[in-house]
Amino acid sequence: MIRFDNVSKTYPKQNRPALDNVSLEIEKGEFVFLVGSSGSGKSTFLRLCLREERPSVGEVHVLGKDLGKLSNWKVPHMRRQLGTVFQDFRLLPNKTVAQNVAFALEVIGKPKASINKVVPEVLDLVGLGGKEDRMPGELSGGEQQRVAIARAFVNRPMLLIADEPTGNLDPQNSVGIMKLLDRINRTGTTVLMATHDQAIVDQMRKRVIELDKGLLVRDQARGVYGYQH
Amino acid sequence: MRAQFVLSEIGVGLRRNLTMTIAVVVSVALSLALAGASLLVRDQVNSMKDFWYDKVEVSIYFCTKADSKSPQCLAGAATDQQIAEVKSKLEKMPLVQNFSFESSQEAFKHWKDLNPDNPLIVAVGAEAMPQSWRVKLTDPTKYDVMQSAFAGLPGVKSVQDQKKILENLFGLLNGLQTAAFVIMVLMLFVALLLIVNTVRVSAFSRRRETGIMRLVGASNFYVQMPFIAEAAFAALLGATLASGLLVGGHFFVQGFLAKKVEFIHFIGLSSVLSVIPLLVVVGMGMAAIAAFFTLRKYLKV
Repeated sequence: MIRFDNVSKTYPKQNRPALDNVSLEIEKGEFVFLVGSSGSGKSTFLRLCLREERPSVGEVHVLGKDLGKLSNWKVPHMRRQLGTVFQDFRLLPNKTVAQNVAFALEVIGKPKASINKVVPEVLDLVGLGGKEDRMPGELSGGEQQRVAIARAFVNRPMLLIADEPTGNLDPQNSVGIMKLLDRINRTGTTVLMATHDQAIVDQMRKRVIELDKGLLVRDQARGVYGYQH
Repeated sequence: MRAQFVLSEIGVGLRRNLTMTIAVVVSVALSLALAGASLLVRDQVNSMKDFWYDKVEVSIYFCTKADSKSPQCLAGAATDQQIAEVKSKLEKMPLVQNFSFESSQEAFKHWKDLNPDNPLIVAVGAEAMPQSWRVKLTDPTKYDVMQSAFAGLPGVKSVQDQKKILENLFGLLNGLQTAAFVIMVLMLFVALLLIVNTVRVSAFSRRRETGIMRLVGASNFYVQMPFIAEAAFAALLGATLASGLLVGGHFFVQGFLAKKVEFIHFIGLSSVLSVIPLLVVVGMGMAAIAAFFTLRKYLKV
């Protein structure tokens, strides 16, 4: 699903690489936490997976494609096959819940009939049935993140990438979001989630990848947030 | 791609950016109107050239008794033999289409008709008017050939080209055309800058939407299309306005100027209308291309 082969990424005008010779593989159907302090290279890792950056050295394969060699015009098509969720939700404030999800389908040219069919389905799945016509501003943070997850999942992607999806949420809402991501994972979708949330990582007992100053320092099959000292 | 969705996006974009849109429309309209005007002035000059060059003649004037002081005519009035020599020479020139003789009497009558109120009429007799050959050339621009062939022959006072007089007029019109063209280029440049800026503001105010579009894998074309269509639509409005100005200008010329200036044959409405599609294509194409290159910088994949 994701394979990094000796990947380094150095940004222009930076001495230290943001990612330093990282090699790893994430299999189909896995649930993987990506942990590390700020500046450890988590964001760069995710940006490389989304082909928002290209590696300086090495190869990044996502969904079977070598992203370093993927031409610009093929990038949109590749992004349709994965879903993305962010800490700041990234919803359109002037569109309703249903319109926000539908927007993602409209802009990739899906026919109206199919949009009208799948949007209520996915909103039911994330537990927002009955709130289709609310505006994002009227919803709690947890509910807004559910809208964002619905939007990311509406195309039934093979891979869901989440960048600190619980970063803005209280513990109770965070647990709800994690349950939802776990359920999505059980449908066969690979989930890669960058997080700072120690409690969640410790509780879920999933594979943990830890980065520190750009180096891969830990890759544990059923890990916790930090080493047990 | 769903047209309704794209159209509603364009409408939202244009309204959100109304003042800039108006600025773009007006500057595109003015620059295109000037572009059209300069094209039409060129057509006008060409049609006048065709019209007048058909009628211009080269005149070979002969000496009269009164000219004996001028250096060409020290020998006195031209003799019939000298006039006949020039005639035989004219007959041999392939450049000469046809020619006719104007006697002193005819010249005097012609002059009297043109200047009925001139007080000199009583003082001047027919013998003061020079005799001349009026020559029509197959190519009116080859005046120089005539000048060198006949000026200085015995009895020939001067060789005159009517085209010289017209050329002052054409020079003026060409100057106007150049001025219109220069202003058009400047206006077009201003319009381009405005379009670039409008697209930039528009892209910035919708960066959230476009960010999400990129995230969910909308194609570049789909992300950029609304902005390009917006710019092209504003340019279309500008081109329509410019066409209106040109047609209005045409009716002003036909209704007002054409009655006052009868000796000029003005170009017709069909010429004006034939310029309009060009303005629309140039305006919209320019706007779309400017928008496209602006977006390449501001909406990266």
